[in-house]
Amino acid sequence: MRLDIRLPLGLLFMVFGLLLAVFGLISNKELYARSLSIDINFWWGAVMLLFGALLFVLGRRNHRRQNQTESISKAAAERE
Amino acid sequence: MLTPIDWIIMVVYMAFVLGIGLALKRYMRTSTDFFLAGRAIPAWVCGLAFISANLGAQEVIGMAASGAKYGISTSHFYWIGAIPAMVFVGVFMMPFYYGSRARSVPEYLRLRFDEKTRAFNAISFATMTVFSSGISMYAMAKLTQTLHIFDAPFRALGLPQSWIFHAGILISALVVLAYIFLGGLSSAIYNEVVQFFLIVAGFLPLVWLGLRNVGGWSGLKMRLGAGYTHSWIGLGSAHTNRLGVEWFGLAMGLGFVLSFGYWCTDFLVVQRAMAADSMSAARRTPLIAAFPKMFFPLLVILPGLIAVALPTERVTTVAAVQSSAVAVPEGQGLIPPKINPVTGAPERDSQGNVQLDYNLAIPNMLLHYFPTGILGLGLTALLASFMSGMAGNVTAFNSVWTYDIYQSYINPKASDQHYLWMGRMATVFGIALSIGAAYMASRFDNIMDMLQLVFAFVNAPLFATFLLGMFWKRTTGHGAFSGLLAGTLTAALHHGLALPAGAAAGVKGGWLVTSPLHSYPSEMAQNFWTAIFAWTACFLITILVSLLTRPQEESKLAGLVYSLTERPRTEDLPWYQRPGILAVAALAIALLLNIIFM
Repeated sequence: MRLDIRLPLGLLFMVFGLLLAVFGLISNKELYARSLSIDINFWWGAVMLLFGALLFVLGRRNHRRQNQTESISKAAAERE
Repeated sequence: MLTPIDWIIMVVYMAFVLGIGLALKRYMRTSTDFFLAGRAIPAWVCGLAFISANLGAQEVIGMAASGAKYGISTSHFYWIGAIPAMVFVGVFMMPFYYGSRARSVPEYLRLRFDEKTRAFNAISFATMTVFSSGISMYAMAKLTQTLHIFDAPFRALGLPQSWIFHAGILISALVVLAYIFLGGLSSAIYNEVVQFFLIVAGFLPLVWLGLRNVGGWSGLKMRLGAGYTHSWIGLGSAHTNRLGVEWFGLAMGLGFVLSFGYWCTDFLVVQRAMAADSMSAARRTPLIAAFPKMFFPLLVILPGLIAVALPTERVTTVAAVQSSAVAVPEGQGLIPPKINPVTGAPERDSQGNVQLDYNLAIPNMLLHYFPTGILGLGLTALLASFMSGMAGNVTAFNSVWTYDIYQSYINPKASDQHYLWMGRMATVFGIALSIGAAYMASRFDNIMDMLQLVFAFVNAPLFATFLLGMFWKRTTGHGAFSGLLAGTLTAALHHGLALPAGAAAGVKGGWLVTSPLHSYPSEMAQNFWTAIFAWTACFLITILVSLLTRPQEESKLAGLVYSLTERPRTEDLPWYQRPGILAVAALAIALLLNIIFM
């Protein structure tokens, strides 16, 4: 299909990751008594941010490659 | 309990879901775009949607509940249930579904057999999707009410607390309606992929924290004992394991009849593979799905085990609010006792033991381990699972309604644009009917139980019909139809004659006789054996009637039956795309998982 789902999905994960990680940095440490004293917001936010960025890069690369093949085949069609 | 950060996460997710629908709207030009996503989706996207459509909130919450109740044996639903069936549909059945160019499972039945077999399947399936999306809507609204997470904002807005239930139903219904109305099956599939990743992102940290807390898998084993942490222990006899089923009933009833019946014939999942961009992508869809699927027990069953393994809290979050006047008996771990909504007292079984509310395993785990922030993510994951399950039902409903009921019997000669319009309308009234079903479920609990029972009777024999239809060219339409009827009746008859131990006659069984002819050790055993009987009856009657009726012309069966269809070529594919290799790998890993957790 024309839309590569990795682009919006990567964006969503980057937004969620950023929100959680920043909140994890500024929030009160007492909050994390329930999560075994681990700042789960910061760490899981960072993981989501990285994962989102990875998806986004993969999606972009695929998108660009498709555009290239399309323009090459278009140019070939014009030459004929 | 919830702070602005949780709300921001939930609202961003909702906006994102609608955004996908809007972005896809311009691609919806023909009915094929709307109902089959233009048959242009790559295999891995279809594969993830294939799992996600089945991962409704009831599945997620229900699997954790079974994990808490039965232990790791619940993984049989995955490792001997889903995986072999998914491998089978990908390798052997997809060539006929995709190759015949049928647009739905009932349409395949029309091509292979006849009109009456299609009508029987289309009508029962369409009704079932409406009710199951209604029931899951009800379950979700009920859950938001029980968790008391929306109490504060409602109080702040000056709205009565009883509106939380209505708001839960309406908001979720409107969001699902909007994105399917706009983008059809493409929108549902893309959102299912997002939902898949969100469910993983929301539950993985939960399992990680929980396991760390109880000392890992070995700590869990020590706290719970062998009956909980070995999946095959005591399966020699129905009386020596927590499920109350012996190995034959489990392998045959769950592993063969029920799982193959669901994964191989249910249009809700098969539709995702039909949207694939090529035959080889369609065959790979369930095979790709099998790999993440076999690790889902870790995400959805383990939280249930951890929830019962934790030290018991005397007053649980839920019980404390609902029955302050009643002395609340202890639950087990994070699982509170089940509270009767009318009297506020805990419910007891016939022996006077307190019943536990296992469905609260996942929600209570979320509240126990997640601080604000990631709690918003966890709730978004629950919301996502609920919406993906509902969207699966809605897209399956609008296709079957439009192609197999409306186009076949009501208005066969309209333009493609008209059917596209009808698909959108079907989305609207399908959801309206589901809302009706949700309210019906809230008023009459027994009617819903009864309806689900009837659907179980209709579904149990289905796989026999497809198996014979696809692999024995002599099967006839009359044979298939009478086999289905016989199977459904056998299921009802068996259910009416037998009863699980300790249950009262009625919706649980035994309604045909004053004293049941056979007593099963558990409800699960009764369900599995009902399915086995129904399948066998359908199999035998279909063969018998087929042999007595006139065979179908072979020229018309090309592409529909194994012996009259060319094998799809796979030699040109790279090794990691060949269905055979993927199938063997999936089965090998599933076997390994069975051995590890034996």
